[in-house]
Formats: sequence, C-alpha cells, structure tokens
Amino acid sequence: MISRNDGKTYDTPDHFHCPTRRRSSTGAPPSPVDAHRGLLQRSRVFYRQKHLLAIEGLEPPEISHLLDLAESYVLLNRSGKTQRDLLRGRTLINLFFEDSTRTRTSFELAGKRLGADVINMSVSTSSVNKGETLIDTATTLNAMHCDLLVVRHDQSGAPNLLSKIVDAAVINAGDGTHEHPTQALLDALTIKRHKGRIGGLTVAICGDITHSRVARSNIHLLTTMGNSVRVVGPPTLMPAEVADLGVAVFHDMAAGLAGADIVMMLRLQRERMARGLVPSAREYFRFYGLDHQKLALAKPDALVMHPGPMNRGVEIDSAVADDPQRSLIREQVEMGVAVRMAVLDTLSRGPGNEP
Amino acid sequence: MNPDTLFTGARILGAGVDLVGDLLVLDGRIADFGPALGRPDGAETVDARDLVLCPGLVDMRAALGEPGFEYRETIESAALAAAAGGITTLAALPDTNPVIDDPALVHLLRTRGEETGSLTILPYGAVTRGCKGEELAEIGLLREAGAIAFTDGGKAVASTRLMRLALSYARGFDARIVQHPEDPSLAAGGCATESEQATRLGLPGIPAAAEAILVARDLRLVQLTGGSIHFAHVSTAEALALIRQAKDRGLAVTCDTAPPYFDLNETAIGNFRTYSKLSPPLRKEADRQAVAAALADGTIDAVASDHQPRDADDKRLPFALASPGGCGLATLLGVTLAQVHNGALALPAAIELLTVRPAALLGTDAGRIAKGAVADLCLFAPDRIWQVTAGALPGKAQNTPFDGRPLEGVVLGTWKRGRRVFG
Repeated sequence: MISRNDGKTYDTPDHFHCPTRRRSSTGAPPSPVDAHRGLLQRSRVFYRQKHLLAIEGLEPPEISHLLDLAESYVLLNRSGKTQRDLLRGRTLINLFFEDSTRTRTSFELAGKRLGADVINMSVSTSSVNKGETLIDTATTLNAMHCDLLVVRHDQSGAPNLLSKIVDAAVINAGDGTHEHPTQALLDALTIKRHKGRIGGLTVAICGDITHSRVARSNIHLLTTMGNSVRVVGPPTLMPAEVADLGVAVFHDMAAGLAGADIVMMLRLQRERMARGLVPSAREYFRFYGLDHQKLALAKPDALVMHPGPMNRGVEIDSAVADDPQRSLIREQVEMGVAVRMAVLDTLSRGPGNEP
Repeated sequence: MNPDTLFTGARILGAGVDLVGDLLVLDGRIADFGPALGRPDGAETVDARDLVLCPGLVDMRAALGEPGFEYRETIESAALAAAAGGITTLAALPDTNPVIDDPALVHLLRTRGEETGSLTILPYGAVTRGCKGEELAEIGLLREAGAIAFTDGGKAVASTRLMRLALSYARGFDARIVQHPEDPSLAAGGCATESEQATRLGLPGIPAAAEAILVARDLRLVQLTGGSIHFAHVSTAEALALIRQAKDRGLAVTCDTAPPYFDLNETAIGNFRTYSKLSPPLRKEADRQAVAAALADGTIDAVASDHQPRDADDKRLPFALASPGGCGLATLLGVTLAQVHNGALALPAAIELLTVRPAALLGTDAGRIAKGAVADLCLFAPDRIWQVTAGALPGKAQNTPFDGRPLEGVVLGTWKRGRRVFG
C-alpha cells in the first residue's frame, strides 16, 4: 500500500515495485529479459497518459511502472541484452530550445539503444520571435510524422503548448521553472536502488527552489510516493506558498538536514546573485552550501544528489560531491539513460501512439 | 432622418427610473416614457414585453486597435462588437501607436467614432508623453481637444514625483488621472498572481500587494495635491479596503473593475491558458469575492469591459511570453448580469454600474433615461441563455477569458440616437 499526502491509498501488488525480485513458479528469480518482457506487456495498462509533460497529476501506479521498467533497463543495459529493435522505424526528435548537452545526450542514447531514428534539433532562443519559432517548428515537425518529441524550453508550459499542436507524444525535458519529469524519475530510481524503496523516506531538497523545475518535479514525485519532503533555502529563493505543495519549509540548513535520508542539492545560477536574491556566493556557501560538516547533521547513511551541472564551492563542496561513500551524482547520470528508455518505450505504446 | 420608435411593455431601467411601460423615441431623442403611451403615426413598434430597456452601456475602459494595432481590432470592428454588446459610448485608452498625446489624435478618435454611426468614442489622453512615464503630456491642450481623463493605459505612472505633478497639474484643468494600480518594480517579469498555483506552474508571480502598494501611495498623493484619481480594474481585497477608507475620509477617489475580476479567479489560467492571462492577473478566490462584494456595497463606481483585443499570434505563445489582455465588449453585460442572477446585485444597481455611474465619471450626460435625453438604448432579455465561444464573437478580437462560459442575458437590440445599430 502507498499512502499519498492527499490521504488516498493505492493497492500496490508486489510485482509493481520489485519486478526483478519476483519469484517464478520454480522459485528462481526471472531473468532480466523475462522480467522486462512482462513489464512491457503491462505498459499500456499502467501508464495512461499520451504525453509526459509533468509529474504533477501522475498516479503512484504510473510512477511505479516507469521506475520498474527503468530498473529492468538498468539490468539489461549492464548485461548488454538490450533489445535494440523495440523502437525500430519510430522517429524521435530532440527539440532543444535551451542548451543542454547532458539531457540531450541522455535522450539520444536512450532512443538509439531502443533502435529509434534520432534527430537532434537545437533552436536558438536568442532570435527575436521565440514564440513563432516554437509554433512554426512544431508545425514543421508534425508534417514529418515524428513519433516522439522531446522538448527542452526556457519557458514554463512550452511543452504543453506543443502537445496541443503536434500528433507526437511529447516528453518534457525541462520547461522554464515548471517541471523536469525525467530528472525526478531518475532521481527516484537512484534513491530506490540505494534505499531499497521509494517511500517512507525523508528527503531534503536544498537551494534555489523558486527557479528549479527539478525541485518541483521531485516534490510532486516524492510526496505522491509517500515520502516526507523538506525544502531548505533562503526565503528569497522559496516560491510563494510552497508549503501548500505538501512540503516542510526550512531556512536553516542544520534543522532542514536533521534526520534526512537523502540530501538533494540544486544548482544556484550566478544570475540570481546579480538580481540581488542572494548577496554573494561566499555568503550562500557559508549558510546553504553542502560540506561534510553540514552533511554530518543528516542521518549517518544519508546520500547526496545533484541534478548537475554543479557549481562547486557555491552550493556543494567538492569533497562531498566526489565522495564515493555519500555521493550518488555519477550514478544519477547512468539512471538517466535507463529512465528515458523506459519513458520512450512506454509512451510509444501509449494511447494514440501505438505502432 | 431616423424612424420614430415606440417600445411597448418593457421594463424600463435607468438612473432613478424603474417601471414597466412604453418608451417613445422621436427624432433620436427620448420623447416620453410611462405606463402606456399612444402610438404616433409612422412610428415603428418594438414589442418589449419581458425585456429590459436601459440606456446604451457606457464602457469607461477599452483599448481600440487603432491607431497602430489594426491587426488586433479596428474602430469599425470594435464598433460592431460594442453594438452587439449594447455599448453606445466607449472611453478609449491612449496607449496606441502613436500614443494619444497630441490634440489632433483626440479629434481623430472622436471623428472616427462619429463615422461609425453607432458608437461615441471618448478618448483618454496620455498622462505622460508617449506613455513613457518620463514627462507630462500636454494635459491642458488635450483636455481642450476633448480628452475626458488622463491615463497611461496599461502602465502605471511609476515615478512618485511625476504622479504628484500629474495629479496637481490636472487639477487646474478639472481633469481626473486614471491609474493602472500596480507597482511596476514589484510586478516586473511577473505574469500570474503570486500563489500556490503560480508556484506549481513555475510562472513568475506578481504579489497581490503590488496593487495595494500603489493605491496607498497614490491616495497619499491625492491628499497632498488635492487632485482626483480613478483606479482602473481594481482586483484585490486590500486595494478595495484602502479605497473604501479613502472614500469615507472624503478623498476624491473613484474606481472601476472589469468582469473577469468578479467572475473568474486564478484557476482560469490552469494548464497555461493564455486567453486568461490578463493585466492585472486574475486573483485568488478571496479577492474575487471581495471585488463582487465591493460592487454591491458601492465601493466600486463602475464596471468597464477592459477590452484588450489580441490576435492568435499574441496569445499562442508560452504563457510568460503571451500578451496579456482579454476582449470584453460582447460579454460586458452578460457577465455583469451573472452577479444579478446569483443574487449579489440588484438589476437596477447593475445597470447603473454600466451606464449612469461611468457616464458621470467621464463627465458625459449619456447613460440616462430621461425626457429629451439622446436615445442611446439597449434592449435585452435578462434570462435568455447563450454560451461564450471564442471564434464566434462579434468583432475581430476573439481572445475572451470567458470561452465556454454560459451566460444569462442576451442583447436583442441597440439604438444609437434613435437608430437601430444592432439586432
């Protein structure tokens, strides 16, 4: 059972959460390939959306399904048994209006591992008519009959707008300060693999909450899956009424980290200092930067995450970021590919997107 | 020569008038009205049983696309929409291109209104040259040319010093300053009311306090200068409370609101609906309720359409980049009547908010039912139902925030100087 902060509970059969641990009738665990095949057959039952625009609004079974499928891809990727023809003949377009080598590469790799034809399009947003470019590009892409459209844009809601225009399944790869759903899913997968569950944990999300789409998606995912979520940062970097999203708000790092299982650090962009939201980088690091001293206030086995790219010495000390005992930052990248494979695969089977 | 018209059996509503009977229009003026009038030879009869006959609506705040934004709306198309909405007099905002900061442009707008034959256009003059907020426009010359009041349209006069000068100087010409009450530095970059919803959508917020802060400043300046001020499209409980107090103290302050602020709340922008992106932004439910209550208790002096025509390209953008504003001419009466149908407002009070009260603020004698008054009239069925549909509204602009909203109250006919211009 999973309890959500809305008070609803959801039945969650065992195989939901731990497909790879499910025993077959002979008592032996199913092979990664068999487990994966079983999950694929259930895709359309458990994930009911045409698109992946946001974590907000997803139900626990939908999230669990994506995580289970992603986990099976981790095993397949490691064993080298990935089926390379699942998306054969399907076209995936990476439409990036904002530079992001990491996310784009991750989606590209995910698409190619599944056998899709992957096309990368980077559109400069420095041109005068950003909006026209968005609509016009979408219309053009639609005429090309692409199946999966991955969109990154600096404006909140841009993928929602595109999803109304194009026939393809739209995947939000980060929009403005709204959401970054695949980042939250890969964070959840990373947590689940290390803590054995994605529920009942205390997670502290620290830093610039106002401008973070990663924070929003993580807040929605973690509260939906029954975790206790805290946001920690200076009041100038907290969005209005953030507590109504079901989180506890802390302005003191010591109190915010006390008893945390997971510490998620967010990137602080230098322009926030230029706009006067934070007086200086050194002041920020003094009070909100994560070093071993502050990390010692969390649980002894607390783990550290960061969506990257990091500002070392601003929000995180290198000694923590590079500590193999505590930092999951490198593993997050590996999980990113698996999660995106699961998302591409699931959406390509979703309502209206059948082959 | 316009035909003479006899309306029979109507509920006749106007300032101080509320009776069921007939109304006779002769030579473009109201000749007589009362329980039962005889029908003169040659007069057309309009059977108005179960219908309401009121003065043509006086919309004290609307943007016309002309000059400069003809792709959004022309005076001709705005006049069509106004007639369909029962509006016969309209005060036009000056933040056009060019800005209405020259007497010749005031004359032009008045003349263009006359040319429509259906709509009197009362131009606002700019408070500052080019609405740039830097130096005063020629308030005296503009006033002389027929500017009815002074405003920078959708922009607040930001500088406290300049606002002081404007209030002070305009006093010498018996002119009112109309302010868009929003502290510009607090609102900069924002596109939705700062709230849980804006946080969820990841949209930069404008705190509701941005309105109260500017209202408080300007009220203090009115005290300092002895000038008179009108706050446009007031949308928050806090600002209304300040205005209510100031009125009680006897300050020369008035205000209006627009239908979206008493009929919709911030949830209308859910899923990034840009047609509901307005300036000021739609507020929380508590503010909406406070605006509705202020209509009933008299704090708000008028309901204006706040018509802001936009075309699809202005709106089919990511939310923060979309142009704010909603069209409102055709829905002004229907949405205001919703407050009557839900029991918050009496019908005569609602009609006064749309006719005689804005007319008085603008210094025009339109908006009255009286013998000898110009026969600008609106005939409507108060209980008949229709549904607002973007794309099917009269006029060019279709950017209604009320898309899909069922409304009670259908305009059946509009008369300008005794001539039927709609229905």
